[in-house]
Amino acid sequence: MSVDQNTVRHIARLARIAVRDDELEHLAKELNSILDWVEQLGELDTSDVEPMTSAVETTMKMREDEVTFGNLQDEVTRNAPASEDGFYVVPKVVE
Amino acid sequence: MAKNDELIGLTLAEARDKLKAKEITSAELTDAYISEMEAGRDLNAYVLETAEQAREMAKASDAKLAKGEGGAIEGVPLGIKDLFCTKDVRSTACSHILDGFTPPYESTVTSQLWRDGAVMLGKLNNDEFAMGSSNETSFYGPVTNPWRREGDDTKLVPGGSSGGSSAAVAAKLCLGATATDTGGSIRQPAAFTGTVGMKPTYGRCSRWGIVAFASSLDQAGPITRDVRDAAIMLKSMAGHDPQDTTSVDRPVPDYEAALGQGVKGLTVGIPKEYRVDGMPEEIDTLWSQGVEWLKAAGANIKEVSLPHTKYALPAYYIVAPAEASSNLARYDGVRYGLRVEGKDITEMYENTRAEGFGDEVRRRVLIGTYVLSAGYYDAYYLKAQKVRSLIAHDFRQAFSEVDVLLTPTAPSAAFGIGEKSDDPLSMYLNDVFTVTVNLAGLPGISVPAGLSKEGLPLGLQLIGRGFDEETLFRTAHKLEEAAQFTAAPEAWWRS
Repeated sequence: MSVDQNTVRHIARLARIAVRDDELEHLAKELNSILDWVEQLGELDTSDVEPMTSAVETTMKMREDEVTFGNLQDEVTRNAPASEDGFYVVPKVVE
Repeated sequence: MAKNDELIGLTLAEARDKLKAKEITSAELTDAYISEMEAGRDLNAYVLETAEQAREMAKASDAKLAKGEGGAIEGVPLGIKDLFCTKDVRSTACSHILDGFTPPYESTVTSQLWRDGAVMLGKLNNDEFAMGSSNETSFYGPVTNPWRREGDDTKLVPGGSSGGSSAAVAAKLCLGATATDTGGSIRQPAAFTGTVGMKPTYGRCSRWGIVAFASSLDQAGPITRDVRDAAIMLKSMAGHDPQDTTSVDRPVPDYEAALGQGVKGLTVGIPKEYRVDGMPEEIDTLWSQGVEWLKAAGANIKEVSLPHTKYALPAYYIVAPAEASSNLARYDGVRYGLRVEGKDITEMYENTRAEGFGDEVRRRVLIGTYVLSAGYYDAYYLKAQKVRSLIAHDFRQAFSEVDVLLTPTAPSAAFGIGEKSDDPLSMYLNDVFTVTVNLAGLPGISVPAGLSKEGLPLGLQLIGRGFDEETLFRTAHKLEEAAQFTAAPEAWWRS
Protein backbone atom coordinates (compact mmCIF):
# COMPACT_ATOMS: atom_id res chain seq x y z
CA MET A 1 0.00 0.00 0.00
CA SER A 2 1.41 3.36 -0.84
CA VAL A 3 0.01 6.84 -0.49
CA ASP A 4 -0.19 9.41 -3.28
CA GLN A 5 -0.51 13.17 -2.96
CA ASN A 6 -4.30 13.06 -2.94
CA THR A 7 -4.26 10.58 -0.08
CA VAL A 8 -1.91 12.83 1.88
CA ARG A 9 -4.29 15.74 1.32
CA HIS A 10 -7.17 13.57 2.53
CA ILE A 11 -5.31 12.39 5.66
CA ALA A 12 -4.24 15.93 6.48
CA ARG A 13 -7.87 17.00 6.15
CA LEU A 14 -8.96 14.20 8.52
CA ALA A 15 -6.21 15.24 10.96
CA ARG A 16 -7.24 18.91 10.64
CA ILE A 17 -3.76 20.03 9.69
CA ALA A 18 -3.41 22.56 6.88
CA VAL A 19 -0.84 21.34 4.35
CA ARG A 20 0.40 23.45 1.42
CA ASP A 21 0.33 21.91 -2.05
CA ASP A 22 4.08 22.27 -2.38
CA GLU A 23 4.56 20.07 0.73
CA LEU A 24 2.52 17.15 -0.58
CA GLU A 25 5.22 15.46 -2.63
CA HIS A 26 7.75 15.50 0.19
CA LEU A 27 5.18 14.32 2.75
CA ALA A 28 4.02 11.47 0.51
CA LYS A 29 7.63 10.34 0.14
CA GLU A 30 8.23 10.43 3.89
CA LEU A 31 5.02 8.63 4.77
CA ASN A 32 5.69 5.98 2.14
CA SER A 33 9.15 5.26 3.45
CA ILE A 34 7.69 4.66 6.92
CA LEU A 35 4.75 2.64 5.60
CA ASP A 36 7.04 0.50 3.39
CA TRP A 37 9.16 -0.23 6.44
CA VAL A 38 6.23 -1.30 8.64
CA GLU A 39 5.04 -3.60 5.82
CA GLN A 40 7.49 -6.20 7.12
CA LEU A 41 4.89 -7.12 9.75
CA GLY A 42 3.15 -8.89 6.86
CA GLU A 43 5.81 -11.62 7.12
CA LEU A 44 4.17 -12.81 10.34
CA ASP A 45 1.16 -15.09 10.33
CA THR A 46 -1.04 -13.65 13.05
CA SER A 47 -4.32 -15.34 12.11
CA ASP A 48 -4.46 -17.20 15.44
CA VAL A 49 -3.15 -14.39 17.60
CA GLU A 50 -5.34 -12.26 19.83
CA PRO A 51 -4.53 -8.53 19.66
CA MET A 52 -3.16 -7.04 22.86
CA THR A 53 -5.75 -4.94 24.63
CA SER A 54 -3.80 -4.09 27.78
CA ALA A 55 -0.06 -3.99 28.44
CA VAL A 56 -0.60 -5.30 31.96
CA GLU A 57 -3.28 -7.82 32.82
CA THR A 58 -5.80 -6.06 35.02
CA THR A 59 -9.53 -5.95 35.31
CA MET A 60 -11.12 -2.60 34.76
CA LYS A 61 -11.90 -1.00 38.08
CA MET A 62 -15.39 0.26 38.83
CA ARG A 63 -16.29 3.12 41.09
CA GLU A 64 -19.48 4.67 42.40
CA ASP A 65 -21.25 6.70 39.73
CA GLU A 66 -21.05 10.04 41.47
CA VAL A 67 -19.55 13.46 40.87
CA THR A 68 -16.07 13.66 42.40
CA PHE A 69 -14.71 16.67 40.62
CA GLY A 70 -16.34 19.71 39.12
CA ASN A 71 -17.50 23.30 39.44
CA LEU A 72 -14.22 24.45 37.95
CA GLN A 73 -15.49 26.65 35.12
CA ASP A 74 -12.94 29.38 35.80
CA GLU A 75 -9.99 26.99 35.97
CA VAL A 76 -11.15 25.08 32.91
CA THR A 77 -11.47 28.16 30.71
CA ARG A 78 -8.49 30.04 32.14
CA ASN A 79 -6.11 28.82 29.44
CA ALA A 80 -8.45 29.35 26.49
CA PRO A 81 -7.21 31.68 23.73
CA ALA A 82 -10.69 33.26 23.83
CA SER A 83 -13.37 32.96 26.52
CA GLU A 84 -16.27 34.98 27.81
CA ASP A 85 -18.36 34.55 30.95
CA GLY A 86 -16.90 31.10 31.56
CA PHE A 87 -17.52 29.89 28.00
CA TYR A 88 -15.11 29.14 25.16
CA VAL A 89 -15.42 31.50 22.23
CA VAL A 90 -15.08 29.99 18.75
CA PRO A 91 -15.58 31.40 15.24
CA LYS A 92 -19.22 31.53 14.19
CA VAL A 93 -20.40 28.03 13.17
CA VAL A 94 -24.09 28.68 12.33
CA GLU A 95 -25.05 31.15 9.64
CA MET B 1 32.64 27.83 44.34
CA ALA B 2 34.47 25.23 46.42
CA LYS B 3 31.53 24.90 48.79
CA ASN B 4 29.15 24.66 45.82
CA ASP B 5 31.30 21.97 44.21
CA GLU B 6 31.10 19.99 47.42
CA LEU B 7 27.32 20.38 47.60
CA ILE B 8 26.61 19.46 44.00
CA GLY B 9 29.04 16.57 44.27
CA LEU B 10 26.68 14.78 46.67
CA THR B 11 24.36 12.12 45.29
CA LEU B 12 20.66 12.32 46.05
CA ALA B 13 21.05 9.68 48.77
CA GLU B 14 23.99 11.50 50.35
CA ALA B 15 22.23 14.86 50.23
CA ARG B 16 19.10 13.33 51.76
CA ASP B 17 21.15 11.90 54.65
CA LYS B 18 23.06 15.13 55.26
CA LEU B 19 19.84 17.14 55.22
CA LYS B 20 18.27 14.79 57.76
CA ALA B 21 21.43 15.01 59.91
CA LYS B 22 21.30 18.84 59.60
CA GLU B 23 24.84 18.91 58.22
CA ILE B 24 23.58 20.96 55.28
CA THR B 25 20.42 22.96 54.66
CA SER B 26 18.09 22.72 51.72
CA ALA B 27 18.47 26.48 51.22
CA GLU B 28 22.23 26.23 50.59
CA LEU B 29 21.86 23.09 48.50
CA THR B 30 19.10 24.69 46.42
CA ASP B 31 21.12 27.89 45.98
CA ALA B 32 24.07 25.85 44.75
CA TYR B 33 21.85 24.20 42.15
CA ILE B 34 20.27 27.48 41.11
CA SER B 35 23.71 28.89 40.33
CA GLU B 36 24.63 25.71 38.42
CA MET B 37 21.36 25.90 36.50
CA GLU B 38 22.11 29.50 35.55
CA ALA B 39 25.72 28.74 34.66
CA GLY B 40 24.55 25.84 32.50
CA ARG B 41 22.15 27.79 30.27
CA ASP B 42 24.24 27.04 27.17
CA LEU B 43 23.12 23.42 27.44
CA ASN B 44 19.47 24.50 27.03
CA ALA B 45 18.43 21.76 29.46
CA TYR B 46 15.88 23.92 31.28
CA VAL B 47 13.04 25.58 29.37
CA LEU B 48 11.79 27.33 32.50
CA GLU B 49 13.70 28.12 35.68
CA THR B 50 11.65 28.46 38.86
CA ALA B 51 14.35 29.74 41.19
CA GLU B 52 12.03 31.80 43.37
CA GLN B 53 9.67 28.91 43.93
CA ALA B 54 12.64 26.62 44.60
CA ARG B 55 13.91 28.96 47.34
CA GLU B 56 10.47 29.05 48.97
CA MET B 57 10.16 25.28 48.87
CA ALA B 58 13.67 24.90 50.29
CA LYS B 59 12.81 27.27 53.14
CA ALA B 60 9.70 25.25 53.97
CA SER B 61 11.76 22.05 53.87
CA ASP B 62 14.38 23.51 56.21
CA ALA B 63 11.64 24.43 58.69
CA LYS B 64 10.43 20.83 58.69
CA LEU B 65 13.93 19.36 58.87
CA ALA B 66 14.80 21.64 61.80
CA LYS B 67 11.94 20.07 63.74
CA GLY B 68 13.12 16.60 62.82
CA GLU B 69 10.18 16.24 60.44
CA GLY B 70 9.91 16.00 56.69
CA GLY B 71 9.36 13.42 53.97
CA ALA B 72 11.60 10.80 52.41
CA ILE B 73 13.36 13.29 50.12
CA GLU B 74 12.80 16.46 52.10
CA GLY B 75 14.76 19.41 50.71
CA VAL B 76 16.12 17.60 47.62
CA PRO B 77 16.19 19.82 44.46
CA LEU B 78 14.86 18.14 41.30
CA GLY B 79 14.23 19.05 37.68
CA ILE B 80 10.86 18.22 36.09
CA LYS B 81 10.40 17.20 32.47
CA ASP B 82 8.11 19.71 30.75
CA LEU B 83 5.71 16.87 29.90
CA PHE B 84 4.51 16.91 33.54
CA CYS B 85 1.79 19.41 34.38
CA THR B 86 2.82 21.58 37.31
CA LYS B 87 0.22 23.77 38.97
CA ASP B 88 0.50 27.46 38.02
CA VAL B 89 3.85 26.79 36.32
CA ARG B 90 3.99 26.82 32.51
CA SER B 91 3.86 23.29 31.06
CA THR B 92 4.05 22.98 27.27
CA ALA B 93 5.47 19.53 26.40
CA CYS B 94 7.91 21.78 24.46
CA SER B 95 5.28 22.31 21.76
CA HIS B 96 4.35 25.64 20.16
CA ILE B 97 0.71 24.53 20.27
CA LEU B 98 0.74 24.66 24.08
CA ASP B 99 2.20 28.19 24.20
CA GLY B 100 1.79 29.65 27.64
CA PHE B 101 -0.31 26.78 29.00
CA THR B 102 -0.38 27.07 32.78
CA PRO B 103 -2.14 24.09 34.33
CA PRO B 104 -4.54 24.70 37.19
CA TYR B 105 -3.59 21.25 38.53
CA GLU B 106 -0.54 19.17 39.41
CA SER B 107 0.37 15.79 37.91
CA THR B 108 0.08 12.91 40.38
CA VAL B 109 3.75 11.95 40.06
CA THR B 110 5.04 15.46 40.80
CA SER B 111 2.51 15.97 43.60
CA GLN B 112 3.93 12.83 45.25
CA LEU B 113 7.46 14.22 44.96
CA TRP B 114 6.36 17.47 46.63
CA ARG B 115 4.46 15.45 49.27
CA ASP B 116 7.77 13.75 50.09
CA GLY B 117 9.58 17.07 50.36
CA ALA B 118 11.31 17.58 46.99
CA VAL B 119 12.12 21.08 45.70
CA MET B 120 11.40 22.08 42.09
CA LEU B 121 14.23 23.86 40.26
CA GLY B 122 12.43 24.20 36.94
CA LYS B 123 11.04 22.52 33.83
CA LEU B 124 13.28 20.46 31.60
CA ASN B 125 13.48 20.39 27.83
CA ASN B 126 12.21 17.40 25.83
CA ASP B 127 11.35 16.44 22.28
CA GLU B 128 8.01 17.99 21.30
CA PHE B 129 5.30 15.84 22.92
CA ALA B 130 8.13 13.37 23.72
CA MET B 131 8.36 12.41 20.04
CA GLY B 132 12.02 11.98 19.27
CA SER B 133 15.25 10.28 20.26
CA SER B 134 17.60 13.26 20.30
CA ASN B 135 15.74 16.21 21.86
CA GLU B 136 16.03 18.03 18.53
CA THR B 137 12.27 18.34 17.92
CA SER B 138 11.67 20.66 20.90
CA PHE B 139 10.05 24.02 20.08
CA TYR B 140 12.63 25.50 22.46
CA GLY B 141 15.56 24.14 20.46
CA PRO B 142 17.91 21.22 20.99
CA VAL B 143 19.66 20.34 24.25
CA THR B 144 23.43 19.91 24.14
CA ASN B 145 24.93 16.83 25.74
CA PRO B 146 27.44 17.82 28.46
CA TRP B 147 29.68 15.03 27.08
CA ARG B 148 31.93 15.65 24.08
CA ARG B 149 34.08 13.32 22.03
CA GLU B 150 37.68 13.38 23.13
CA GLY B 151 39.51 16.32 21.57
CA ASP B 152 36.44 17.38 19.59
CA ASP B 153 34.03 20.27 20.27
CA THR B 154 31.17 18.94 18.12
CA LYS B 155 27.88 19.40 19.94
CA LEU B 156 26.25 16.07 20.62
CA VAL B 157 22.63 15.19 21.39
CA PRO B 158 21.73 14.09 24.94
CA GLY B 159 19.30 11.47 23.63
CA GLY B 160 15.56 11.83 23.78
CA SER B 161 12.90 12.43 24.41
CA SER B 162 14.01 13.14 28.00
CA GLY B 163 17.14 14.98 26.83
CA GLY B 164 16.77 17.92 29.21
CA SER B 165 16.47 15.47 32.09
CA SER B 166 19.53 13.43 31.12
CA ALA B 167 21.69 16.48 30.35
CA ALA B 168 20.70 18.25 33.57
CA VAL B 169 21.52 15.20 35.69
CA ALA B 170 24.83 14.55 33.88
CA ALA B 171 25.88 18.22 34.18
CA LYS B 172 24.79 18.33 37.84
CA LEU B 173 22.16 20.99 37.22
CA CYS B 174 19.80 19.05 39.54
CA LEU B 175 20.03 16.06 41.89
CA GLY B 176 17.66 13.96 39.84
CA ALA B 177 14.96 14.46 37.23
CA THR B 178 11.59 13.12 36.27
CA ALA B 179 11.32 11.65 32.78
CA THR B 180 8.89 9.62 30.68
CA ASP B 181 9.44 6.64 28.41
CA THR B 182 7.19 5.60 25.52
CA GLY B 183 9.76 3.76 23.37
CA GLY B 184 13.04 4.36 25.21
CA SER B 185 12.84 8.02 26.19
CA ILE B 186 14.25 7.45 29.69
CA ARG B 187 16.78 4.72 29.01
CA GLN B 188 18.39 5.92 25.75
CA PRO B 189 19.12 9.47 27.04
CA ALA B 190 20.49 7.94 30.24
CA ALA B 191 22.84 5.78 28.15
CA PHE B 192 23.95 8.82 26.10
CA THR B 193 24.86 10.84 29.20
CA GLY B 194 26.34 8.33 31.66
CA THR B 195 23.31 8.46 33.95
CA VAL B 196 20.86 5.88 35.29
CA GLY B 197 17.38 5.77 33.75
CA MET B 198 14.57 3.60 35.12
CA LYS B 199 11.34 2.89 33.22
CA PRO B 200 9.02 1.06 35.60
CA THR B 201 6.30 -1.44 34.71
CA TYR B 202 3.30 0.01 32.87
CA GLY B 203 0.81 0.98 35.57
CA ARG B 204 3.42 1.56 38.30
CA CYS B 205 3.26 5.36 38.04
CA SER B 206 0.10 7.33 37.45
CA ARG B 207 -0.14 9.01 34.05
CA TRP B 208 -2.59 11.61 35.39
CA GLY B 209 -1.37 15.09 34.56
CA ILE B 210 1.36 13.91 32.18
CA VAL B 211 0.79 15.19 28.65
CA ALA B 212 -0.33 12.08 26.74
CA PHE B 213 1.64 10.75 23.75
CA ALA B 214 0.78 7.03 23.35
CA SER B 215 -1.35 6.05 26.30
CA SER B 216 -0.76 2.28 26.20
CA LEU B 217 3.03 2.80 26.24
CA ASP B 218 3.73 5.97 28.27
CA GLN B 219 5.29 5.52 31.71
CA ALA B 220 7.04 7.96 34.05
CA GLY B 221 10.33 7.21 35.78
CA PRO B 222 13.49 8.86 37.12
CA ILE B 223 16.87 9.76 35.61
CA THR B 224 19.53 9.96 38.31
CA ARG B 225 23.28 9.79 38.94
CA ASP B 226 23.26 6.27 40.33
CA VAL B 227 21.09 3.23 40.95
CA ARG B 228 20.38 4.04 44.59
CA ASP B 229 19.10 7.49 43.67
CA ALA B 230 16.78 5.94 41.07
CA ALA B 231 15.40 3.54 43.70
CA ILE B 232 14.73 6.47 46.05
CA MET B 233 13.03 8.62 43.43
CA LEU B 234 10.87 5.82 42.03
CA LYS B 235 9.56 5.02 45.50
CA SER B 236 8.14 8.54 45.70
CA MET B 237 6.87 8.63 42.12
CA ALA B 238 5.11 5.24 42.08
CA GLY B 239 1.78 4.22 43.54
CA HIS B 240 -1.88 3.73 42.80
CA ASP B 241 -3.94 6.69 41.68
CA PRO B 242 -7.73 6.42 41.30
CA GLN B 243 -7.54 9.16 38.65
CA ASP B 244 -5.69 6.85 36.22
CA THR B 245 -7.56 3.60 35.59
CA THR B 246 -4.38 2.00 34.25
CA SER B 247 -2.48 2.71 37.44
CA VAL B 248 -2.19 -0.54 39.32
CA ASP B 249 -3.37 -0.96 42.89
CA ARG B 250 -0.52 -2.82 44.55
CA PRO B 251 1.89 -1.81 47.29
CA VAL B 252 5.10 0.01 46.34
CA PRO B 253 8.10 -1.88 47.78
CA ASP B 254 11.08 -0.20 49.41
CA TYR B 255 13.31 -0.36 46.33
CA GLU B 256 16.35 0.95 48.16
CA ALA B 257 16.18 -2.04 50.53
CA ALA B 258 16.57 -4.35 47.50
CA LEU B 259 20.03 -2.94 46.74
CA GLY B 260 22.88 -4.95 48.15
CA GLN B 261 20.98 -8.23 47.95
CA GLY B 262 23.37 -9.33 45.23
CA VAL B 263 22.68 -11.57 42.26
CA LYS B 264 23.79 -14.96 43.61
CA GLY B 265 21.42 -17.59 42.32
CA LEU B 266 19.70 -15.25 39.84
CA THR B 267 19.57 -16.35 36.24
CA VAL B 268 20.41 -13.63 33.72
CA GLY B 269 19.15 -14.14 30.18
CA ILE B 270 21.05 -12.98 27.11
CA PRO B 271 18.64 -12.55 24.19
CA LYS B 272 20.48 -13.59 21.05
CA GLU B 273 18.29 -11.48 18.75
CA TYR B 274 19.72 -8.31 20.30
CA ARG B 275 23.00 -8.97 18.51
CA VAL B 276 21.93 -6.92 15.48
CA ASP B 277 23.68 -6.36 12.16
CA GLY B 278 25.95 -3.38 12.06
CA MET B 279 26.17 -2.99 15.82
CA PRO B 280 29.50 -1.34 16.71
CA GLU B 281 32.01 -3.80 18.09
CA GLU B 282 32.58 -1.73 21.23
CA ILE B 283 28.92 -2.17 22.19
CA ASP B 284 29.14 -5.91 21.68
CA THR B 285 32.32 -5.97 23.77
CA LEU B 286 30.69 -3.99 26.57
CA TRP B 287 27.75 -6.35 26.54
CA SER B 288 30.06 -9.38 26.91
CA GLN B 289 31.84 -7.53 29.70
CA GLY B 290 28.48 -7.06 31.46
CA VAL B 291 27.85 -10.80 31.20
CA GLU B 292 31.26 -11.47 32.79
CA TRP B 293 30.59 -9.00 35.62
CA LEU B 294 27.29 -10.60 36.54
CA LYS B 295 28.77 -14.09 36.25
CA ALA B 296 31.59 -13.07 38.60
CA ALA B 297 28.99 -11.72 41.04
CA GLY B 298 27.40 -15.16 41.21
CA ALA B 299 24.63 -15.03 38.61
CA ASN B 300 23.88 -17.87 36.22
CA ILE B 301 23.93 -16.89 32.56
CA LYS B 302 21.62 -18.36 29.96
CA GLU B 303 21.11 -17.54 26.30
CA VAL B 304 17.45 -17.04 25.46
CA SER B 305 15.49 -16.29 22.31
CA LEU B 306 13.02 -13.46 21.76
CA PRO B 307 12.16 -14.39 18.18
CA HIS B 308 9.88 -11.44 17.35
CA THR B 309 12.34 -8.72 18.37
CA LYS B 310 12.86 -7.39 14.85
CA TYR B 311 9.15 -6.67 14.51
CA ALA B 312 8.99 -4.50 17.61
CA LEU B 313 10.02 -1.22 16.00
CA PRO B 314 7.64 -1.44 13.03
CA ALA B 315 4.79 -2.42 15.39
CA TYR B 316 5.69 0.51 17.62
CA TYR B 317 5.63 2.92 14.68
CA ILE B 318 2.02 1.94 14.05
CA VAL B 319 0.75 1.81 17.64
CA ALA B 320 2.47 4.96 18.92
CA PRO B 321 1.46 7.30 16.06
CA ALA B 322 -2.10 5.88 16.07
CA GLU B 323 -2.52 6.64 19.76
CA ALA B 324 -0.76 9.98 19.35
CA SER B 325 -3.07 11.09 16.53
CA SER B 326 -5.99 10.39 18.80
CA ASN B 327 -4.47 12.02 21.92
CA LEU B 328 -3.36 15.11 20.02
CA ALA B 329 -6.84 15.72 18.60
CA ARG B 330 -7.49 17.85 21.67
CA TYR B 331 -5.19 20.63 20.44
CA ASP B 332 -7.78 22.59 18.55
CA GLY B 333 -7.08 26.24 19.31
CA VAL B 334 -10.15 26.40 21.53
CA ARG B 335 -9.22 25.16 24.98
CA TYR B 336 -5.58 26.06 25.47
CA GLY B 337 -2.44 27.38 23.89
CA LEU B 338 -2.09 28.65 20.37
CA ARG B 339 -4.92 29.78 18.09
CA VAL B 340 -4.37 30.79 14.47
CA GLU B 341 -7.51 32.33 12.96
CA GLY B 342 -9.12 31.17 9.71
CA LYS B 343 -12.18 32.02 7.68
CA ASP B 344 -14.29 29.49 9.59
CA ILE B 345 -13.87 27.09 12.51
CA THR B 346 -12.43 24.25 10.41
CA GLU B 347 -9.82 26.51 8.88
CA MET B 348 -9.02 27.80 12.37
CA TYR B 349 -8.38 24.20 13.53
CA GLU B 350 -6.26 23.47 10.46
CA ASN B 351 -4.20 26.63 10.68
CA THR B 352 -3.65 26.25 14.42
CA ARG B 353 -2.46 22.67 14.08
CA ALA B 354 -0.31 23.44 11.02
CA GLU B 355 1.54 26.18 12.85
CA GLY B 356 1.47 24.61 16.30
CA PHE B 357 2.91 21.17 15.51
CA GLY B 358 6.53 20.66 14.45
CA ASP B 359 7.55 18.38 11.56
CA GLU B 360 8.01 15.18 13.56
CA VAL B 361 4.70 15.58 15.41
CA ARG B 362 2.90 16.32 12.14
CA ARG B 363 4.49 13.27 10.53
CA ARG B 364 3.31 11.01 13.35
CA VAL B 365 -0.19 12.47 13.49
CA LEU B 366 -0.52 11.90 9.73
CA ILE B 367 0.78 8.32 9.95
CA GLY B 368 -1.52 7.66 12.90
CA THR B 369 -4.52 9.14 11.12
CA TYR B 370 -3.78 7.03 8.05
CA VAL B 371 -3.41 3.70 9.88
CA LEU B 372 -6.65 4.31 11.79
CA SER B 373 -8.61 5.52 8.78
CA ALA B 374 -11.49 3.58 7.27
CA GLY B 375 -10.32 0.38 5.57
CA TYR B 376 -6.81 0.35 7.04
CA TYR B 377 -7.43 -0.31 10.74
CA ASP B 378 -7.19 -4.12 10.47
CA ALA B 379 -4.15 -4.08 8.21
CA TYR B 380 -2.16 -1.79 10.44
CA TYR B 381 -3.35 -1.14 14.00
CA LEU B 382 -4.94 -4.52 14.65
CA LYS B 383 -1.98 -6.29 13.05
CA ALA B 384 0.45 -4.31 15.21
CA GLN B 385 -1.51 -5.14 18.38
CA LYS B 386 -1.31 -8.83 17.43
CA VAL B 387 2.44 -8.54 16.94
CA ARG B 388 2.54 -6.91 20.35
CA SER B 389 0.93 -10.03 21.82
CA LEU B 390 3.66 -12.12 20.18
CA ILE B 391 6.37 -9.91 21.65
CA ALA B 392 4.84 -10.10 25.13
CA HIS B 393 4.63 -13.88 24.71
CA ASP B 394 8.36 -14.03 23.83
CA PHE B 395 9.14 -12.29 27.11
CA ARG B 396 6.83 -14.58 29.12
CA GLN B 397 8.62 -17.60 27.68
CA ALA B 398 12.02 -16.11 28.48
CA PHE B 399 11.01 -15.22 32.03
CA SER B 400 9.96 -18.80 32.67
CA GLU B 401 13.68 -19.62 32.43
CA VAL B 402 15.46 -16.47 33.60
CA ASP B 403 14.94 -13.71 36.19
CA VAL B 404 16.30 -10.74 34.30
CA LEU B 405 17.60 -9.95 30.81
CA LEU B 406 20.81 -8.09 29.96
CA THR B 407 21.12 -6.13 26.69
CA PRO B 408 22.79 -2.99 25.37
CA THR B 409 20.62 0.13 25.85
CA ALA B 410 21.26 1.80 22.50
CA PRO B 411 22.98 0.77 19.26
CA SER B 412 25.49 3.65 19.41
CA ALA B 413 26.94 6.36 21.62
CA ALA B 414 25.58 9.93 21.43
CA PHE B 415 25.67 11.39 17.91
CA GLY B 416 26.06 14.95 16.68
CA ILE B 417 23.24 17.50 16.62
CA GLY B 418 21.81 17.50 13.10
CA GLU B 419 23.46 14.22 12.07
CA LYS B 420 20.25 12.19 11.90
CA SER B 421 17.51 14.79 11.86
CA ASP B 422 16.89 14.51 8.09
CA ASP B 423 16.23 10.80 8.19
CA PRO B 424 13.30 9.77 10.40
CA LEU B 425 13.91 6.05 9.92
CA SER B 426 17.54 6.10 11.02
CA MET B 427 16.44 8.14 14.05
CA TYR B 428 13.77 5.55 14.89
CA LEU B 429 16.42 2.79 14.92
CA ASN B 430 17.86 4.29 18.11
CA ASP B 431 15.04 2.62 20.01
CA VAL B 432 15.70 -0.90 18.69
CA PHE B 433 16.69 -2.32 22.12
CA THR B 434 14.34 -0.28 24.29
CA VAL B 435 11.01 -0.34 22.47
CA THR B 436 10.24 -4.04 23.07
CA VAL B 437 9.95 -3.29 26.78
CA ASN B 438 7.24 -0.64 26.25
CA LEU B 439 5.26 -2.89 23.92
CA ALA B 440 5.22 -5.61 26.59
CA GLY B 441 4.66 -3.19 29.51
CA LEU B 442 7.80 -4.40 31.34
CA PRO B 443 10.30 -2.51 33.51
CA GLY B 444 13.77 -1.64 32.19
CA ILE B 445 16.77 0.21 33.55
CA SER B 446 19.88 1.62 31.86
CA VAL B 447 23.15 1.70 33.79
CA PRO B 448 26.31 3.47 32.59
CA ALA B 449 28.85 0.72 32.01
CA GLY B 450 31.78 2.07 30.02
CA LEU B 451 33.16 4.56 27.52
CA SER B 452 33.34 4.34 23.75
CA LYS B 453 36.74 4.74 22.11
CA GLU B 454 35.82 8.39 21.56
CA GLY B 455 35.31 8.80 25.29
CA LEU B 456 31.50 8.81 25.31
CA PRO B 457 29.35 6.93 27.82
CA LEU B 458 27.66 3.65 26.88
CA GLY B 459 24.88 1.95 28.80
CA LEU B 460 23.68 -1.56 29.48
CA GLN B 461 20.00 -2.33 29.92
CA LEU B 462 18.33 -4.77 32.28
CA ILE B 463 14.77 -5.91 31.62
CA GLY B 464 12.62 -7.51 34.32
CA ARG B 465 9.29 -9.22 34.88
CA GLY B 466 6.25 -7.00 35.32
CA PHE B 467 6.24 -5.33 38.77
CA ASP B 468 9.59 -6.88 39.65
CA GLU B 469 11.55 -3.63 39.76
CA GLU B 470 13.31 -4.92 42.88
CA THR B 471 15.22 -7.60 40.94
CA LEU B 472 16.16 -4.95 38.39
CA PHE B 473 17.49 -2.62 41.08
CA ARG B 474 19.56 -5.28 42.80
CA THR B 475 21.03 -6.50 39.52
CA ALA B 476 21.64 -2.93 38.32
CA HIS B 477 23.39 -2.20 41.60
CA LYS B 478 25.79 -5.12 41.05
CA LEU B 479 26.42 -4.02 37.48
CA GLU B 480 27.17 -0.51 38.72
CA GLU B 481 29.58 -1.82 41.35
CA ALA B 482 31.44 -3.89 38.80
CA ALA B 483 31.53 -1.18 36.11
CA GLN B 484 32.98 1.46 38.47
CA PHE B 485 31.82 4.16 36.07
CA THR B 486 33.39 7.29 37.54
CA ALA B 487 34.07 9.26 34.34
CA ALA B 488 32.43 12.69 34.19
CA PRO B 489 32.21 15.30 31.47
CA GLU B 490 34.50 18.31 31.74
CA ALA B 491 32.39 21.31 32.80
CA TRP B 492 33.03 23.37 29.62
CA TRP B 493 29.56 24.99 29.82
CA ARG B 494 30.44 26.78 33.06
CA SER B 495 32.91 29.22 31.51
